[in-house]
Amino acid sequence: MDTIIDAHQVTKTYNPKAIPVMAVNDVHMHIERGEFTALVGPSGSGKTTLLNLIGGLDKPDTGSIVIHGTDITRLSANQLIDFRLRNIGFVFQAFNLIPVLSARENVELIMQLQRAPKAEIRKRAAILFDQIGLTDKMDTRPAQLSGGQQQRVAVARALASRPQVVLADEPTANLDSKSASNLLDIMSKLNREENMTFIFSTHDQRVIERARRVITLVDGKIASDTARVDTSHRHDV
Amino acid sequence: MWLLKLAWKNLWRNRSRTLVTQSAISFAVLLSVTTSSLQDGVFDHFVRNMVSYYSGYIQVHKVGYWEQQILDNAAVRNTAVESVIANHPDVNALASRIESYALASVDEITKGCVVIGVEPDAEPQITQLDQRVASGRYFEHNDQRPVALLSEGLAKRLQLPVGDTVILISQGYHGAMAAGKYRVIGLVRFGSPELNDQVLYLPLPVAQAFFSAENLVTSYVLSLATDKNLERTAASIHRSIGQEYEVMTWKEMMPEVDQHIQTDKGTMYIISGILYLLIGFGIFGTLLMLMAERKYELGMLVAIGMKKQKLMVVLLIESVLNVVVGCVAGMLASVPVVWYLHVHPIRFSGELAEAYQRFGFEPVFPASTDGWLFVVQGIVVLAMGFLLSLYPLLKVWRLDVVTAMRK
Repeated sequence: MDTIIDAHQVTKTYNPKAIPVMAVNDVHMHIERGEFTALVGPSGSGKTTLLNLIGGLDKPDTGSIVIHGTDITRLSANQLIDFRLRNIGFVFQAFNLIPVLSARENVELIMQLQRAPKAEIRKRAAILFDQIGLTDKMDTRPAQLSGGQQQRVAVARALASRPQVVLADEPTANLDSKSASNLLDIMSKLNREENMTFIFSTHDQRVIERARRVITLVDGKIASDTARVDTSHRHDV
Repeated sequence: MWLLKLAWKNLWRNRSRTLVTQSAISFAVLLSVTTSSLQDGVFDHFVRNMVSYYSGYIQVHKVGYWEQQILDNAAVRNTAVESVIANHPDVNALASRIESYALASVDEITKGCVVIGVEPDAEPQITQLDQRVASGRYFEHNDQRPVALLSEGLAKRLQLPVGDTVILISQGYHGAMAAGKYRVIGLVRFGSPELNDQVLYLPLPVAQAFFSAENLVTSYVLSLATDKNLERTAASIHRSIGQEYEVMTWKEMMPEVDQHIQTDKGTMYIISGILYLLIGFGIFGTLLMLMAERKYELGMLVAIGMKKQKLMVVLLIESVLNVVVGCVAGMLASVPVVWYLHVHPIRFSGELAEAYQRFGFEPVFPASTDGWLFVVQGIVVLAMGFLLSLYPLLKVWRLDVVTAMRK
């Protein structure tokens, strides 16, 4: 198997000088390429913090996080931004599309940041819109799209840079069940067909049911790590 | 290019807010350009009036004359020098003068006066002396007759009508005795009592003969098309004619007038500064709102891989576009306003107008159409835009992605 994420002894404490809150506590985690993993746990269990650390948005106090062979804890702020641009796709709970750009321009933005050739940008955008089933909405502004459609565009944006891993923070939290199911179908399909690695933080039972691995966090620690579809075995950590 | 496109689209994300900001900038530019052009026009008009009264824009003397204004410091007339000065591209007109003091006497009345020998043809090009004749007539072309023009006040003190004769007694060049009698052919009127009560004009050769100062002049008086390049023109003339002459601008000859203008301009700068400060605070308030509103989005852009430097460029372009659009609109709006005030100048009436007219000044205040006024105001507003855009840049530089994206 090809290890895409290797987190080792990762700890993150907020307010270390006042009232310290250990958001992530000595986490060890390995994610293989092509996994479809759900990070679950009660509010305040450290799911979002762990995603932020894996995504290089935040730095751990201790430990290392190696993504596709690069220890991102050793990168400078600018190197981290560049690393994120080329290796990590983000899907946020609130979609976060840029309102003044069309759906297509939102997707193309990432590739423009990568300085990809114009023709390639157009081609890749067209493929992604085909994959998310919104070819007819490419030139529509986000405000004119439904929540589900906006989140599908956000997924296309996350995939535009051909990342090693897609991190999704509660991607279905703001969606109705039909839109959520539709989104999960698309992400599952991309995961299967392009062997794309997905990690979700979620409370949503529908996401948990579709995940092939479920990691449960409690008080910043991994309480359980269950692989389901491929191996059908469960092991508690 | 796509950064510019993104910035332009961002600029119009809240159309009303952008329009309000740009209107504020436009209004500031309009107000500032109009007041500056009025102020410049007024001072320009004032200076033109003043220098055409007597001094001219520039005077050339023999070195030391201005310090000690006596005939012994007069210069020998030099046609080569006169030709160099007259051919200078900025010089409109050149008139030679000889000037000293004398006692004017009629019957038993004697008064001190300033005798000015002028070239009858050249002098009106500088001072419009021919148009100041209140009674009688002006000198003839190349007049060499023993005739005089008296200022009205002096004639009144001497009880001397046109056609009568005035006796002049003075000390001429190198202490020579100067005496002569001259027929009064006209009276000239000046608003300034200083001139009106003591000036007597003679044709230049007649005055030179009176002072035993044949071929000597105390000053060359110059008129310019504009005083925008005053100092540069004076320096250029000085270089051309050599160090034996002193070349003085009206600012050097009348420093108190220049000081008065500078003080007035200073007041206007302060008022403009306050205006821009108010507009600046307005724009800053908009920027504060804008940054608070877009904090999450900016965090998201950095999260997905946009470098802060690029984001700063986008925000800088946004600010500059905002200011440039407002500035250009303000300039375009000010063109017809300034043009109208130039063609239809503000005209004073009543006592103030009378006071101006008494001094021979036209009581009108035309706006200046100098293009530099527009450019300078544009630069000031642009600089303000750049300065204010430092705030969003600083916010982005300090942006922490996790904090910015915290719900």
